[in-house]
Amino acid sequence: MSLPRPPLPRRAWLQGAGASLGALWLSGCDRIAEDPNVVKALSSAEVLNRRVQRLLGRGALAREFTRADITAAFKANGTVNPPDADYQAMAANNFVDWKLIVDGLVERPLALSLDQIKALPARTQITRHDCVEGWSCIGEWTGARFGALMDLAGLRPQARHIVLYCADTLGGRKYYETLDVVDVQHPQTILAYAMNGSPLTVAHGAPLRLRAERYLGYKQAKYVMRLEAVDRFDHIAGGQGGFWEDQGYDRYGGI
Amino acid sequence: MTNAEAPKPIKVLVRRHSRTVRITHWINAISLAFLLLSGLQIFNAHPHLYWGQQSNFGHGWLSIGAYESGGHLHGVTLLGATAVHTTGVLGASKVGAVWVARAFPPWLTLPATQYLALGRRWHFFFAWVFAINLALYLASAIVRGHLQRDLAPTFNQLKPGHVLHEIWNHMRLRFPKGEEARRYNVLQKGAYLGVVLLLLPVMILSGMTMSPSLDADFPWLVDLFAGRQSARSIHFITASLIVLFFFVHIVMVVLSGTWNNVRSMLTGRYAIQVTPPPPVTPEAIGDAP
Repeated sequence: MSLPRPPLPRRAWLQGAGASLGALWLSGCDRIAEDPNVVKALSSAEVLNRRVQRLLGRGALAREFTRADITAAFKANGTVNPPDADYQAMAANNFVDWKLIVDGLVERPLALSLDQIKALPARTQITRHDCVEGWSCIGEWTGARFGALMDLAGLRPQARHIVLYCADTLGGRKYYETLDVVDVQHPQTILAYAMNGSPLTVAHGAPLRLRAERYLGYKQAKYVMRLEAVDRFDHIAGGQGGFWEDQGYDRYGGI
Repeated sequence: MTNAEAPKPIKVLVRRHSRTVRITHWINAISLAFLLLSGLQIFNAHPHLYWGQQSNFGHGWLSIGAYESGGHLHGVTLLGATAVHTTGVLGASKVGAVWVARAFPPWLTLPATQYLALGRRWHFFFAWVFAINLALYLASAIVRGHLQRDLAPTFNQLKPGHVLHEIWNHMRLRFPKGEEARRYNVLQKGAYLGVVLLLLPVMILSGMTMSPSLDADFPWLVDLFAGRQSARSIHFITASLIVLFFFVHIVMVVLSGTWNNVRSMLTGRYAIQVTPPPPVTPEAIGDAP
């Protein structure tokens, strides 16, 4: 049987010294880890990710699954119910007043109702949604082909990106995303209005959300209100090309 | 005969590691350190692991979490159905004066604060350094014969009797000496080959499988690991095995001569004790039958 010993003063001193050294080490580490120049240097790897992945397999389709694979409890992440009053008013009215604006570097600016979007060439795909946090869910999405919609508007040759403006405010900022024109004509890039055979719920982005299946979850903008074709996006919000991109996430979002 | 004239072992410096091996070893070590710490930061964003294509929320095989009870935060690690209280290390850790819920503690993540975006930047940068370095090492090892000459076990080394003998010697901390120390023993060869040909490539492939873009381009990756969530689990398990290898590696380096080992990985020269053959004397010739 051992009796509890009173802690040695020396041990207490060592623990204290260890803790403060540890704190110094951690704060020192983070000062380097978060230094803007260091972060900029590290970001060179993301250019490499995007270039190499675009070079390797432009346009391959993401795997499609069967109905049996669909996740029963598909997690809704980010905004699950936009606090914005204008959105809530549209939702209360079942989105009959909602219109998708298509403008910017296009030949024919559009304002389309949900029914008009549903009349466009559609695609249904059962795909895996990969969140940047690490989890995956499988769901069935039905929507208008993004390429068909852009053909209707007529993308001008100067257009390099499509900005997706969303209805939701998250953490005090409006959600938005950008998609490169190279992804516009990808068959699996759709503006989805149905999930698992039912109209999109508010939690999953009603009335319209993006599905670009080669990318991570944060690229899949929900509550899409307006598409703007642009040649640059550095003047929009934080200038990094998306809500999460403005907070340090990579714009490519393919890994 | 007296022992007075018996030759004493002398220290000989032999060339052990080529320049390529030494440089790639240290780049590998540094990359893996950054990859581990930033990897734990990324893991913390969703500290649950699953098998298969998708996340069966609440039914991961490994889950790290925290709950509040009696005004205190408690960390719990769930391995299958077994719950272990891991307050202070996993699930709940003390940051400054406050307890916070986070899977791995700040001193094990890069950056120390919870910051997934930055963790990813560090991770992907060093992933490239690590992968290019490994590719250069393997190309050099094959072309210049390092793999075949130094790492592939010989036929005799693979005999079960010899393997058991080496295990027994290692358990008694008796390491090959003299001429035998010129080459790697069979346990070293097995460990090194396992790391460079299995664990490290599996890290890269399972990491790539977590990319939706790469999965579209190379669907065989997903099949190889039987699903993206399985790949994430295997990425974590393989990283754990590399950490285990690291600790065993360090213990063996220390036990078998810290400075000699470190010097050989810095300068390439490794000291062995060899016994020179007895000098040939007329007397010796005369004694021969």
